[in-house]
Amino acid sequence: MINVNIIGSGVAGLCVATELIKKNVQITIIDKSEVPGPDSCSWWAGGMLAPWCEGESTEKIVVELGQESIPWWAKNVQGVVEKGSLVVALSRDQSDLLRFQRRTNNYTILKNEEVNQLEPDLKGKFKTGLFFKKEAHLSPRNSLIQLKKSLKQKGVEFVKKEFQFGNYFKKNNEIIIDCRGLASRDCQKNLRGVKGEMLMIDCPEISLTRPIRLLHPRIPIYIVPRGKGIYMLGATMIESDDNKNITARSLMELLNAAYAINPIFGESKILEIGVDARPSYPNNIPSIRKKDNIISVNGLFRHGFLLAPALARMVSEYIFDNKIPEILSEYNS
Amino acid sequence: MKKFYGVKIESQMMLGTSQYPSPSILVSCFKKSKASVATVSLRRESGGNNSGKSFWSIIKDLDVKILPNTAGCYSVKEAITTAHMARDVFDTKWIKLEVIGEEDTLQPDVFGLVEAAKILTEDGFQVFPYTTEDLVVAEKLLNVGCEVLMPWGSPIGSGQGLNNIFGLKALRAHFPDIAMVVDAGLGLPSHAAIAMELGFDAILLNTAIAKAGDPVTMAEAFSHAIISGSLGRKADPMEPREMASPSTPVFGKAFLE
Repeated sequence: MINVNIIGSGVAGLCVATELIKKNVQITIIDKSEVPGPDSCSWWAGGMLAPWCEGESTEKIVVELGQESIPWWAKNVQGVVEKGSLVVALSRDQSDLLRFQRRTNNYTILKNEEVNQLEPDLKGKFKTGLFFKKEAHLSPRNSLIQLKKSLKQKGVEFVKKEFQFGNYFKKNNEIIIDCRGLASRDCQKNLRGVKGEMLMIDCPEISLTRPIRLLHPRIPIYIVPRGKGIYMLGATMIESDDNKNITARSLMELLNAAYAINPIFGESKILEIGVDARPSYPNNIPSIRKKDNIISVNGLFRHGFLLAPALARMVSEYIFDNKIPEILSEYNS
Repeated sequence: MKKFYGVKIESQMMLGTSQYPSPSILVSCFKKSKASVATVSLRRESGGNNSGKSFWSIIKDLDVKILPNTAGCYSVKEAITTAHMARDVFDTKWIKLEVIGEEDTLQPDVFGLVEAAKILTEDGFQVFPYTTEDLVVAEKLLNVGCEVLMPWGSPIGSGQGLNNIFGLKALRAHFPDIAMVVDAGLGLPSHAAIAMELGFDAILLNTAIAKAGDPVTMAEAFSHAIISGSLGRKADPMEPREMASPSTPVFGKAFLE
């Protein structure tokens, strides 16, 4: 039997484990922190499964691979909401909506009254919108907890310790899968952090059923409903490794955008402020790398929940069917 | 070609480094366009400490002249603090000075601009002020020691092109010896060509390229347009005239009727 040690238990590590446990393997997941938890940037994710929307600013492969995520999550966790997502812009930013429309597909164009039917709490503010009907969203924390629970039931062992790559010697019948995200910079120099800042707010007076993306030339934001009047408001994208503090400017801009969507958001309680840095390669596309018996899965950028299922499938096919992943790169050590 | 604070630049295209889909695409845009100067917005990329260093090292590896800017600063004090941070990080005296006066149009606060330009110049900076086409402001900027001017084409990121050609022509004619860069508001390569035909010395672009569907191809298109406009200006174009002037001689042409 093959022993698989997965290092890092963010969304990448847990999805890989969920795919590999179907095979005849013994899996141990090693993480230096209590998991799932705030030390992993998956904890702060938006949880949008929005491959077509992402097509606006990313490459085709993300749109294609991202489509696998919706059935995968629906099969593996409870609480995936398949109600699409809605993209809107204030009247003065209509040219941004036209551009979004040109760069994406698989949407319908909604008129004012149709936007209102879909989301009455937008209060007729948007004269048009793009509805991506096939998209979905989930609660990242809840989903990670469910994956961990079901992995444990299937015999996966979780160990809390720091794995020392420097001291590791290759063993037969053992595979190491490095899913540490930004921490893998000790062996991958071209990983960088892209800072994201988000808020969790409580606003029971507003009822939205699907993620809303508000386009804006400076501060495009999204609001993802977490149920029971709780919303995730995010997220900035800043070229920085800082994962500690939100700036006053970001906080103001996020809140301002929510206020623009519906002024009642001004009455929200702020439950949490989250900051983390997304592990990213220079092309902002994830990559699977292999050296000896170490496989690395990294660079998920802002697409953790969207791309982890496809990456997990590829890792499994790579190990058991010898199928070369679509996004295999040279190991860069 | 005019020099910028004594420095000759290789191409007349300057390129911003924000808003690209990825750093790889940013690097390809520089390669394809052969832009010779990269502007870097320090505020957004740094977080105030060394946390932006992975991104800066990508910019430094471009091997082009770096022009840090004070984008997003709304006061003289903010702009000066950012300029000092930039000098430390990038080890250059150059600073593109933006003091924004109005949030919706991102129009420069020209009063704050002159004040900040004076303080920075006295402190040894070589200031590239982002200004309007206003002649009086231009004069004041030159008086406080600026040797380069960066008039806008139209509001930042608007893609509208040159909103006041008359004003830009007057600015060019008024200060024929000053190096001037048209900065902001361009959307199409033809906008850049027109600015070069008017006699400006370089073009600074960012959004028009970074936000194009295919940024790398757009970068190439702009670089051709800038070369075309510049060559057109150099070649001393004809004056427009009211009436047609046949390009084939008619004298001696046979009458068939």
